[in-house]
Amino acid sequence: MKFVDEFRDPELIHKTAEEIQRLADPARHYRLMEVCGGHTHAIYRFGLKDILPSNIELIHGPGCPVCVLPMGRIDDGLSIAQNSNVIFTAFGDMMRVPGTHGSPLEHKARGMDVRIVYSPADAIKLAKANPEKHVMFFAIGFETTAPSTALVLQRAKKENLRNFSIFCNHVTIIPAIRAILDSPDMRIDGFIGPGHVSTVIGCRPYEWIAKNERKPIVVSGFEPLDLLQSIVMLLRQLRAGESRVENQYKRVVPWEGNIAALRAMSDVFELRPYFEWRGLGFISQSALRLSEEYAEWDSERLFAIPGIRVTDPKAAQCGEVLKGVLKPAQCKLFGNECTPEHPIGALMVSSEGSCAAYYNYEHRKAALLTSLGASA
Amino acid sequence: MCLAIPGKIVELVPASETLAVVDVVGVRRRIDLALLENEHPIVGDWVLIHVGFAMSKISEQDATEQMNTLAMLGEAEAAMQEVRGYDSVAEAQPDAHVSQGTGPRNE
Repeated sequence: MKFVDEFRDPELIHKTAEEIQRLADPARHYRLMEVCGGHTHAIYRFGLKDILPSNIELIHGPGCPVCVLPMGRIDDGLSIAQNSNVIFTAFGDMMRVPGTHGSPLEHKARGMDVRIVYSPADAIKLAKANPEKHVMFFAIGFETTAPSTALVLQRAKKENLRNFSIFCNHVTIIPAIRAILDSPDMRIDGFIGPGHVSTVIGCRPYEWIAKNERKPIVVSGFEPLDLLQSIVMLLRQLRAGESRVENQYKRVVPWEGNIAALRAMSDVFELRPYFEWRGLGFISQSALRLSEEYAEWDSERLFAIPGIRVTDPKAAQCGEVLKGVLKPAQCKLFGNECTPEHPIGALMVSSEGSCAAYYNYEHRKAALLTSLGASA
Repeated sequence: MCLAIPGKIVELVPASETLAVVDVVGVRRRIDLALLENEHPIVGDWVLIHVGFAMSKISEQDATEQMNTLAMLGEAEAAMQEVRGYDSVAEAQPDAHVSQGTGPRNE
């Protein structure tokens, strides 16, 4: 296997785009939300906006875990690591995310013991290798990473590893979709459901969206053809006045999800009564914390947490962008004060954030065209 | 983190219940199969990996497509950096792979 830099089935992509043109009612304006940050990235990278008719608008959803984490949680996690006995561990994605007094990487430069891990299992190893230290893992992610955290916790408990804990920021996708649908300024006609999250949770949890909210949802793969086919499936349902859960990504996503992963999660985690999402505010039962049985491995119970709440810089309009009310380029800071090199808002940090995706593809493309035009 | 990395199981690690060696575009590292307990993975199977844990069994064609997708998204390098960060097969220094924080994953 090797990397091949070309689209699969260009002819089929062309035909599918034509099918979308045929299905889209010119008298209607469609607002379809892709929930997953990986999809957002793919949509910009592949330039799907240029292929779609202008009355199909793709709204970028909240599915970028780094982007929806409130700054206060980063501050809280870093405050634990102010203790010189603590090693702060996190995935690389977290390292450049700004806290009030800088990112984890900047704290490292000032002497904090901050280390990147590639798997939560690495954090356990680090704890075993440093018995005189306490290793805290700053856990983040939707259901793609939560099962790994759960397994690692089960092992820590089994081995009675005492110098290890989890600062849990895992969130769940379904309540976020619910919050978006409840938001008065949002109108969404249908959803492109997350691909890899659904390998874990399956398709069943989306059924309420179809049944109660009367919105179609299609779980989708990440290739251009996958995304276009998912849009075709959504348009067909909308045309027929239907709202069902469909699985475009059957080749990878089983309807029932990954039972072992769900079991590990339900053993270790419980739902928080509420959790703050950047841009979306407090959403009830939308995040996970460690259950009572794992209290001894819960950083929030082991350490005094300041419970910092930070309001985003006023000029940054991350919230409006996250909810799809504003496009990234409509934010006042976009592209001048806030860039991927110097992010102010979290949507600019992660490549899955809609601002970074927009900047890297649309903004740079426009700048290039302008400079070409100027020199011509 | 949200985009999975495809790999081929090339060895089940003896004396461990759930560890396996996978090959990702020529890089061999250890990952954990504990979340596939109901799917009974064997050598030669292809899996999708998130943060060192296999999450689902897939076909070889899907694995190739996923690699292409990562490459097209410009995420292949980050994905390979993540894979290289997993446990190396020859573990002379068990913690040597834990980076001292040379750089973020998403660059």
